[in-house]
Amino acid sequence: MNRFAELLDRLVLTPSRNGKLTLLVDYFRTVEDPDRGLALAAITGDLTIAAVKPAMLRMLVTERMDPVLFGYSYDYVGDLAETVSLVWPQTPGKIPNREPTLGEVVAKLQAASRSDGPKVLAGLLDSAGISARFAIIKLVTGGLRIGVSARLAKQALADFGKVDVAEIEELWHGLSPPYTALFAWLEGKAEKPRSTAMALFRPVMLSNPVGDGDLEKLDPADYAAEWKWDGIRVQAVAEGGVRRLYSRTGDDVSGAFPDLADAMHFSATLDGELLVGDPREATGTFSDLQQRLNRKTVTPKMQQQYPAFMRCYDLLQLGDEDLRALPFRERRDRLEAFMKTLDPGRFDLSPFVAFTDWQALENLRRAPPHPIIEGVMLKRWDSPYVAGRPKGPWFKWKRDPHTVDAVLMYAQRGHGKRSSFYSDYTFGVWSGAEGEEELVPVGKAYFGFTDEELKQIDKYVRDNTVERFGPVRSVRADRDNGLVLEVAFEGLNRSTRHKSGVAMRFPRISRLRWDKPANEADRIETLQALLDR
Amino acid sequence: MRASDLLHPRPEGLYCPPGDFFIDPVRPVDRALITHGHSDHARSGHRSVLATQQTLDIMGLRYGEDFAGATQAARLGETIALNDVSVSFHPAGHVLGSAQISVEHQGTRIVASGDYKRQKDATCAPFEPIRCDVFITEATFGLPVFRHPPDTEEIARLLKSAAQFPERSHLVGAYALGKAQRVMRLLRDAGYDKPLYIHGALARLSEYYQSQGIDLGILEPATVESGKGDFAGAIVVGPPSAFADRWARRFPDPISCFASGWMRIRQRAKQGGVELPLIISDHADWDELTSTIKETGAEEIWVTHGREEALVRWCELEGIAARPLHLVGYEDEGD
Repeated sequence: MNRFAELLDRLVLTPSRNGKLTLLVDYFRTVEDPDRGLALAAITGDLTIAAVKPAMLRMLVTERMDPVLFGYSYDYVGDLAETVSLVWPQTPGKIPNREPTLGEVVAKLQAASRSDGPKVLAGLLDSAGISARFAIIKLVTGGLRIGVSARLAKQALADFGKVDVAEIEELWHGLSPPYTALFAWLEGKAEKPRSTAMALFRPVMLSNPVGDGDLEKLDPADYAAEWKWDGIRVQAVAEGGVRRLYSRTGDDVSGAFPDLADAMHFSATLDGELLVGDPREATGTFSDLQQRLNRKTVTPKMQQQYPAFMRCYDLLQLGDEDLRALPFRERRDRLEAFMKTLDPGRFDLSPFVAFTDWQALENLRRAPPHPIIEGVMLKRWDSPYVAGRPKGPWFKWKRDPHTVDAVLMYAQRGHGKRSSFYSDYTFGVWSGAEGEEELVPVGKAYFGFTDEELKQIDKYVRDNTVERFGPVRSVRADRDNGLVLEVAFEGLNRSTRHKSGVAMRFPRISRLRWDKPANEADRIETLQALLDR
Repeated sequence: MRASDLLHPRPEGLYCPPGDFFIDPVRPVDRALITHGHSDHARSGHRSVLATQQTLDIMGLRYGEDFAGATQAARLGETIALNDVSVSFHPAGHVLGSAQISVEHQGTRIVASGDYKRQKDATCAPFEPIRCDVFITEATFGLPVFRHPPDTEEIARLLKSAAQFPERSHLVGAYALGKAQRVMRLLRDAGYDKPLYIHGALARLSEYYQSQGIDLGILEPATVESGKGDFAGAIVVGPPSAFADRWARRFPDPISCFASGWMRIRQRAKQGGVELPLIISDHADWDELTSTIKETGAEEIWVTHGREEALVRWCELEGIAARPLHLVGYEDEGD
């Protein structure tokens, strides 16, 4: 249990992706089955344990200590799981010779009935030290919140076994905790596990951005073009009565889109873009789509207001036939024929964009016919469907980003290489009537600048600090003083969480405008106009 | 006599009227008795100072030799008469030279513990519980959430991380007096024998510790001249403030570590951008505070700098009279 607890503690404080991978790989290497597999399941959210409510936890602890002292403690720490793990009284006689393993803890928790759950939990807490108690409480209260996605955990498995992450993704949904066969394969001790499960994920094919001079080397006749729709990439797999919608990283998102899943009366694997609206009438904006994202369940009203549909652009499997090795042209023909059998309210075909030369396509790209188009996709007619991001067969050619001139308001110290630099910037634009202008924060960015520019901004922050709050400094920013940052971003969403009412997608610093007076930075109305388009 | 006639707070610090002296005064006074060398307890400018020789030495290093008009060294356990008051110094286990001060007059004994801890520490003499009528305890970590793990476990985590990330340097933030030397000594005791790199602010105090027979091994200045690449895999010790500063840029992709009792609280570590918190404290944790209170047999407890209310509450539940002693000028954050 202690090694798992230590892993959680390290992961939550390690900001860098590589650091997290090192910690995970080390854990998989040094911890035995079934503990490592159970830890993996806890991280990917695939471990089922009956939940214990916070109120119950609080009751358990105040039965064991003075409620006033508990109150002082909880006020100070602010996190219930952490407070309980720290204050839990340890009776000297009751401490066993060794702490329970993760496997033992999980087994006891899974065997507990709803009524004896609290008692089992209390017994486990009695037998564990502080870090282990924290980990146990996190397991039973649900949600580890350690900043590790299932995707990152799979990457760590791939690093551990020196295999491609696509292989892990393809296997994943056929496996279950504690993944003993998977670890045995990754350690070279057994064959790759073969799955008999239905409707598995097929690792997706990704594109490369069009770089400078790329197109000059390519013959337009070799490529098909499609609009690049600003939805989310999704794979629809139906097989033997099992229907699944997967995200591009192989997470099962079916639960959030029952309306679409219900319409999958077929035996095939489709690749496409998930959007909302009715494809025969109107395609919703990304803001509309967002209403449906990151939900475990979804209300009927939500499904009615923002119905999900899939704009299909590839067919990977039809019945028992794997089409991935066929050239794109043939797959597309098969797709077009197949589409005729599907519910037109839930599935439509991603249309081709006709063009003769790159300049013509460039013109179309710059002026797309629909606001939810974010560029064009180029696909070689002869390309097979390959997992990963091969260079050459598929390109994405995005619309130019939006830019806005904003004023630096707050700066936060970074981590690792940047721990002595103020490298995370919150910026704002002007709002309010003339003479009463105020800066309202519209976003945060921490890349897009060079190392040299980082040094310059860091110096500016240190020289113009108004206030400090922990690792954050507020920077002098008014009509007459302030650093103007040109911020590039991909789009805007309405946001009720931000005071400005907007949230930027993928913001980054594109230029430092040392030359520009703060009062000439943009106003919030400029951004609002983008929203209403 | 009433205990509060023997010692009570004044704006300058804790004052003893019959003995006419102050303990750890925060402003210049005629006669000061000083528990240990941390700067919020040991200030310069008093006419005379009574403290352990090591505390006097440390004050000399920090403030210069003329830090006080006159100095007198107190030997541990030896009774000194100041007017009619018997004063004695006893080890507090906080940092090198730290002492509790026992003040006795007409049959009443008060022990002002200053800062103390009970965990074993190879860089200073261990705390000795002194029977007394009134015990003045600190309360820096006076909440049941503060439970310090064994320091050896914390050092083991540091060494494990150093092995996991051999291409990065580990920057250990530790206060210049006491904590830094304790961390270095713990590393040595754990078998780490490579040179330790130190920030300039640690140099003289660490040298002093070595001169007092506390072996810290080879210490080298963490200067740029030695070249950036040299710090890959290195353990660097410095005052916590230095790591947020430009000074830290010489190190390759550093992992910031902080050795402090505050690191028990995850949010504290997070806010400070600490990647590897090391829960190593020179103050008593909750269990040490409560067990020490019982050991002194004191009928009355005065609680100072820190989270007084929880410790007062605990005393109430135990049937021990207790009250907060409102002293000003001490940092309850330092550790």
